[in-house]
Amino acid sequence: MRQIWETPGGIHPEQNKHQSTGEQIGTIAMPPEIILPMGQHIGAPATPIVEVGQTVLKGECVAKPEGFFSAAIHASTSGTISAIEERTITHPSGMRALCVIIKPDGKDTWAPLNPCDDYTQLSKDEILERIRNAGIVGMGGAGFPTAIKANPKSNRKITTLILNGTECEPYITADDMLMRERADEILLGAQLFCHLLTDVNEILIGIEDNKPEAIAAMQAAANALNDERIHVVSFPTKYPSGGEKQLIQILTGKEIPSGGLPAQLGIVVQNIGTAVACHRAIVHGEPLISRVTTVVGQTLEKQRNINVLMGTPIGFVLQEHGFVSDYKQRIIVGGPMMGFAADNQNVPIIKTTNCILAPSTKELPLPAPAQPCIRCGMCEQACPASLLPQQLYWFSRSEDVEKLEEHNLFDCIECGACSYVCPSNIPLVQYYRASKGTIKLQREEKAKSDHARLRFEQRQERIVKAEAEKEAKREARKQAALEAKKLMAEKAAQPANGETENTTNAVDKTASKVVDPVTQKAKLTRALTSAQSRLERANAQLQTNIDEDNGSRKDALQSKIKQAELKVNDAQNKLDAFNKEHDISSSEPGTPQAKNSSAPSNDKGKDATSPALKKMAMSDAEKQAAAVASIEKRLGVATQKYKEAQEANTPTADALKLGVEKLEQKLSDAKAVLAQQANDVSANTTQPVSKNEADAALGAIERAQAKAKAKAAMTDDEKKQDQIASLKKRIDKAKTRLNKAKDENDDNIAAFENAYNKLQDKLTQIS
Amino acid sequence: MAALELILNNPIISALVALGALAAVFGAVLGFAAVKFKVEGDPLVEQIDALLPQTQCGQCGFPGCKPYAQSIADGDSINKCPPGGQTTINELADLLGVDAPELDEEHGEESALPKVAFIREDECIGCTKCIQACPVDAILGAAKQMHTVITSECTGCDLCVEPCPVDCIDMLTVEPELHQWHWAQPKGVAASNIIATDKTVATDKTTATEEETAA
Repeated sequence: MRQIWETPGGIHPEQNKHQSTGEQIGTIAMPPEIILPMGQHIGAPATPIVEVGQTVLKGECVAKPEGFFSAAIHASTSGTISAIEERTITHPSGMRALCVIIKPDGKDTWAPLNPCDDYTQLSKDEILERIRNAGIVGMGGAGFPTAIKANPKSNRKITTLILNGTECEPYITADDMLMRERADEILLGAQLFCHLLTDVNEILIGIEDNKPEAIAAMQAAANALNDERIHVVSFPTKYPSGGEKQLIQILTGKEIPSGGLPAQLGIVVQNIGTAVACHRAIVHGEPLISRVTTVVGQTLEKQRNINVLMGTPIGFVLQEHGFVSDYKQRIIVGGPMMGFAADNQNVPIIKTTNCILAPSTKELPLPAPAQPCIRCGMCEQACPASLLPQQLYWFSRSEDVEKLEEHNLFDCIECGACSYVCPSNIPLVQYYRASKGTIKLQREEKAKSDHARLRFEQRQERIVKAEAEKEAKREARKQAALEAKKLMAEKAAQPANGETENTTNAVDKTASKVVDPVTQKAKLTRALTSAQSRLERANAQLQTNIDEDNGSRKDALQSKIKQAELKVNDAQNKLDAFNKEHDISSSEPGTPQAKNSSAPSNDKGKDATSPALKKMAMSDAEKQAAAVASIEKRLGVATQKYKEAQEANTPTADALKLGVEKLEQKLSDAKAVLAQQANDVSANTTQPVSKNEADAALGAIERAQAKAKAKAAMTDDEKKQDQIASLKKRIDKAKTRLNKAKDENDDNIAAFENAYNKLQDKLTQIS
Repeated sequence: MAALELILNNPIISALVALGALAAVFGAVLGFAAVKFKVEGDPLVEQIDALLPQTQCGQCGFPGCKPYAQSIADGDSINKCPPGGQTTINELADLLGVDAPELDEEHGEESALPKVAFIREDECIGCTKCIQACPVDAILGAAKQMHTVITSECTGCDLCVEPCPVDCIDMLTVEPELHQWHWAQPKGVAASNIIATDKTVATDKTTATEEETAA
C-alpha cells in the first residue's frame, strides 16, 4: 500500500453515482445535425478549412489550429457542410461563436486513417504533431491542448506521471465507466505519455475508493501489462480530490506553489480520457471525434454513460434518453458543483463535456435566497486551497482588488465547496468568479492603456522633434538671408566709400545698369509676342480639332487657350508696367545717367532691399492699398502729361489719353478689390479661427470641449436641437465643399456628394 | 584614564560635545541620502497618470492624459474623465485620500461599452486629416491613399470624426468578446430577502402603487 497524504478542507456531498453505472457505455442514433464550435479548448479558436456544401468524411479535419495554443477540430461523421455560422455555444455565457455545421449522410464513412503499430519508431516531434493534429485536449474539463502539456520545457525533467481517475464530482461516472471498460487502452495511453516525457519513473493512477470496480479493472490491466512503474492508488472519497493540485498533494505530498505549475515539481497530470484519446490517435490514427459522457438526472427515463459524437446537440441526447421536462427545469452541463446551466438545449456536446445533468426540481432544488454572512467560518473549514472565503467575500463585494489579490484570490479553484457549506446560502464561489473576471479584464485594460500611453508619448516626441528640425531649418535660412543682406550692403557701401578713387569703376557699373532697362524691355516684348503667337496657334488648333474630330479634344484645347490668354495678359501687364516705370523715370528731370551717378550710391543697396522687405511684411489688404495709391499717383502724372501734350498739340496726345483712361479703369478695379478684401478680413475676424492649425488634434480637443460644455447645460430637447443645428452647419459646409469641387472639376465629387446626401439623411432621421 | 576624568569633571560640556558629534554624523548621513536617493520628477503625477485610461481624448480639457495628471497633482478636481468613468474617479480618490465625487457631466458622459473608430474605406478620399488628429497613431494611410484604423491601437477618443471632410468615420461599439466574458457578481443580500415570499409581495405592492399613481 502506497502512502497517501491528507489535503485540507473538502466536503462530502451525496455521491449519486449509482444511477448511471448500471449499464455499459452505450451509443445513440445519428443526430440530424452536428454542431462543431471552433473554440472547444483553452486558447485561440481553430480556423475552418472547409467550405459550405463540401462533403466531408468521418475524421476529416474541418478546422486547423490557429497558432501554437490551439487545437484542430474534425468531422465526427461523414456528411455535407451545411453552414459555417455563429451559433450559441456550450459556454456559461450563452454567447454565440463560429461553428461548422455538418448534415450527416448517415453512412458514417471513415476518412483514410494513418495508424501506427509501433510508435517507438516515430520521433517525439512526429508523435506530438500527430497528437496536435488529432485535436486532443484535456478531457477532464479545462480543455488544455495535450500536445503542449506532453511537451514540457526542456529544462524541466518530468519524473512522475499522474493519471487522474478521481472523478470526485457527484453524478459524473464517465471516467469510472471508461476505466471499467477500457483499462488496457488507458494504460497504453499512459505508456505513450511516458515515452514522450522520457524520464518518468512512476505512473500513479489516482482513483477514489468509491469506484471499486474501476480500481479492480485498472489493477488487473496493470498486472497484465507487467509495467512496474504503474501504481494504481486509491484514496478516500472527498470533494474536490480530483483537482490537479489536490490530487498531486494526495499522491505525492507535494504542494504546488501559488501561481506555479505541476511541471515545476517534475509532475504531469493527465485525465484518463485524454490517455485513451491519445492512444487511439497514435495507434489507430483516429482523431478526437467522440467522448464518453454521463447522461443523468431524474427527468430522464434512461440514465447511463454514452459514447457520443462531438457536436451532437444536447437536446437530441436528452430526447434519446426519454427526457420529460419538469417545472423550472434546469439542464446542467458538467457536474452539480462546477457545471453551469444551459439555457439553450441546442448547444452541442464538446470535447470537455463530461456530464449532462437533467435533474428534477426535487432532486436539485434551486438555491435558496442568500442571507447575510454570520461569520461562522464553515467556508474556511471547507476550502481545499486554505483560503479565507469569507474575507474574500467581503473584499469581492466591496470590489477591493488589492485586498483580493493579497488574499490569493487566484489560488481559488472555484470548486464551490464554500458555497455548498454556507449556512446562509451565499453563492460565494460566484463572487470569486466574478472578481477574477473583473480583475483579469482590468489587467487587460491596463495593458492596453499602457500601450496607448507609450504610443501617445512617442507621437508627442516625434512631433516635438519634427518641430525642432523645422525651427532649425528656419533659423538657418534666416541666418543665410541676413548674411546675404550684409554682403549686399557691404558691396553697395564699397563703391560709395571709394568714390573718389573708383569713379570710373562706378560709372562703368551704373552705365551697365542703364543698359538694363533696354534689354529688359526687349525681353518683355519678346515674351509678349511669343505668348501671342502661342495663343494664335492654340486657337488654330482648336478650330482644326472642331472641324476634323467633332471637338473631341475641345475641353483640353480650350483650357490651353485660356492658359495662353492668361500668359499673354501677364506679359502685356509686365510690359505696360515696365513701360510706365520707364516713362516716369525718363520724364523726371535729368537723364538717367546723371541721376544714377549723382545719387548717393549707398542708397541703392537700401533701395533694392527695402521695397522687397516692405512688401513681404505687408498683408494682402495693405498691398492692395499700396497698389491703389501708386495707381493714383500714376494717374495724376499721366493726366498732367496728357494736358501738357494737348496744350503743345503733340501727336502723342491721343495715345496719352488712352493711357489715362486705362489707368482710371485700373484704379476703380483696384479699389473694388480693396473693398472686397476689407469685407473678407472683417468676416474672418468675427469667425472663430482655430489658432493653431498645425496641431489639428489640439483644435479638435478645444472644439470638443466647448461642445461638451455646452451639451452638459442642455436638456434632451435642446440637445437634439443643437444636434440638428450642428448637422445643418455641417451640411452647409459639405455643400460649399461640393460646389467648390464641382467648380474645380475635382476627382472626388462623388465622395463629397455622397457625404452631403448622407448628412441630409441623418438630418431627416433626427428631425 | 585621563580622558575619563576629563569627562567626569565636565559633564555638561562633554554631553554637548557627544550630542554635537552625533548630530554631525547623522546630518552627514541624511545629506548623503538626500543626494544619493533623490527622486526625479513627481512620482504622484506618474501614479495618477497610471490610473487614467490613456484614451488621450482631451475631454477633460487637457491635451492628453499626462497633462491632466499633472493638473490633478496641482489640485485640479478628479472628476473630469468620462472614458475612465466612476471607476477611475474612485481609484483616484483612493490614491489621493479624498472623497470620490460624481463624474462632471460638463466633460461628457460615461459610455458603458468601449468604442473604436471605423473608416468606411470606399468613401475615404485620402485627405490625411484623421491621421493628423489621431493621438495614438492608430490610423494608417497616406495622402490620396485609403486610410484605415488599426483597431487594436484605437482608444475610441472620437477626435478623428470631426476633421473628416466626407464624414466616412463611424464610432462603432465593441461587442464584448467571448474571452472577455466573466460571471456577473451575484445580487447582494438585502435585509428584506430573508424570507423569500416577502420579496415578491413587496414588488407586487410597489407595482400596484405605481399603477394607482399612474391611474
